[in-house]
Amino acid sequence: MGLEFKTVFCGKKFPNPAVLPSGFLGVNAEVLLRVLDEGGAGAVTMKSIGLVEREGNPNPTVVPWEHGVINAVGLPTPGIENLNDEWQGLNGRMDRVIASILGGSFEDFEEVAKAVAVHKPALIEPNISCPHAKGHGQAFGLRAEDAAKVTEKVKNAVGKIPVMPKMTPQAHDIGEVAKACVDAGADAICAINTVGPGMLINIEARAPVLANKRGGLSGPAIKPIGVRCVYDIYEATGGEVPILGMGGISHGRDLIEYAMAGASMYGIGTAIHYTRDLDVFGDVLGETEKWMNQEGVKNLKDVVGVAHK
Amino acid sequence: MDNHVIVKIKKIEQECSDIKTFWFEQELNASPGQFVMVWLPGIDEKPFTLSSIGNESAISVQKRGIFTEKMHKLKEGDEFGVRGPFGHGFHFGKTTKPLLVGGGCGNANLTALAEMLAEHGKKPAYVLGARTADLLPYEKRLEKISDLYITTDDGSKGEKGFTTQKVEELLGKEGFDCVFACGPEVMLVPLLEVCKKKGIECQFSLERFMKCAVGLCGECCINGKLVCVEGPVFDKKHLEQLTELGKFARTKSGKLVDLGEYSKGNKC
Repeated sequence: MGLEFKTVFCGKKFPNPAVLPSGFLGVNAEVLLRVLDEGGAGAVTMKSIGLVEREGNPNPTVVPWEHGVINAVGLPTPGIENLNDEWQGLNGRMDRVIASILGGSFEDFEEVAKAVAVHKPALIEPNISCPHAKGHGQAFGLRAEDAAKVTEKVKNAVGKIPVMPKMTPQAHDIGEVAKACVDAGADAICAINTVGPGMLINIEARAPVLANKRGGLSGPAIKPIGVRCVYDIYEATGGEVPILGMGGISHGRDLIEYAMAGASMYGIGTAIHYTRDLDVFGDVLGETEKWMNQEGVKNLKDVVGVAHK
Repeated sequence: MDNHVIVKIKKIEQECSDIKTFWFEQELNASPGQFVMVWLPGIDEKPFTLSSIGNESAISVQKRGIFTEKMHKLKEGDEFGVRGPFGHGFHFGKTTKPLLVGGGCGNANLTALAEMLAEHGKKPAYVLGARTADLLPYEKRLEKISDLYITTDDGSKGEKGFTTQKVEELLGKEGFDCVFACGPEVMLVPLLEVCKKKGIECQFSLERFMKCAVGLCGECCINGKLVCVEGPVFDKKHLEQLTELGKFARTKSGKLVDLGEYSKGNKC
């Protein structure tokens, strides 16, 4: 693997376009560094950071099912005050780190963005899309005007660091929400967060499996929704805004679908469970490279957005 | 087994004053040291290692918080959910002279290991420790299958003192080739030092707060290792790299705190 995967995204350089999405393994600096160094991901996303400590929802919070994973972790965060060990651990590597941030109000977003920007992550990703934390996440991403207001507040707080709000597929018109964010100053768009909320009922227990009852779906089942959302966003933004696409990418062919829909970086999360280790990043890129060789595609960039032509 | 299977409790045994063993008919195809997530609908879901493996499986539960108190109220015939087994168990294929060291409820998976070793014709030596005599589990099961040494902090049964003292003495006399251990980290840290000093291989089973159990959420990490999929059993080479062992653990929020604060907050 080599040159064909070198990626420039919002002016930032990455060795490849494979990204660990927010919420996966992102609790601890040492684990994030392993995903970069052992797993070979191009970038990693820190689990959404809030202003104050949050415990999240009670267990069961994450449960695999036949076609993916359902989760209602509920945005646990140590809070901005308790992350010193992690910043220290990531020191010198922040050019490969995306910082996801959460808030319960527009002011929260602004304040946490300001505090996170000090550590100079490659990008800042306002989480306006988590479907299982009341008053947070998706509460700010369903309507274009709320999403735009968060984007504007964050953008004003972080200086030159690119801002990339993460979209929810539950928005009535995800293209419209993304366009409003771009008009409010977003440098890139991340899509999609989990789908739902959904519910699993254990029929022997006669009860919902998640303690929160409802949770977001990820994994292979949601790929067609993610691909469509990225397609919509690319269309709504005239193909001119970088998109980090994700949702059910488990193999090279999935990544290429997202590329053709318009994404130029690619999140791989739930698939870690299917292979049960970090090799999934290298595996997916290897499969992508094999397809490119077969098809005579020299650079992945050459297929980004081609499904629109 | 990704999803919860609801199992019926076949038998309940009181192991000691604070530990009960729950037997259920479900073959889990597990190895000693692996764990399951145990679910009480409407209450919580927690990780437990298997204290018996075979046609019938068992978990042992020490009473120490809301979830475990509910477990202790269950009767034979009642049900709970399990998913798993998860993680890596003990690697006991190569050992010919094993020494097992367990503290308190950490003896659960070691008892399953002792039974497996005995079945394979490798009768282990076993140092069984607890604070007091009434907190000693599995004594009857272990007497039959191991060379059993008992220690209690207060001397109310067996030798007075800590397991590590007994281990040092045994390692000086006999040619053990691996120490297998599970228990509180205040026991494991000095035990690791003893193993390093004596140049003996070791495998310890560790515990951290767990959510997904399948290597996705990262909540259970100790340093850069995921206890759910890369543990819960770690060998000496890895244990030596875990600077958080005996010192720090992460709470539900992901905050790194000292082990005392973690134990106080994590009252399963």
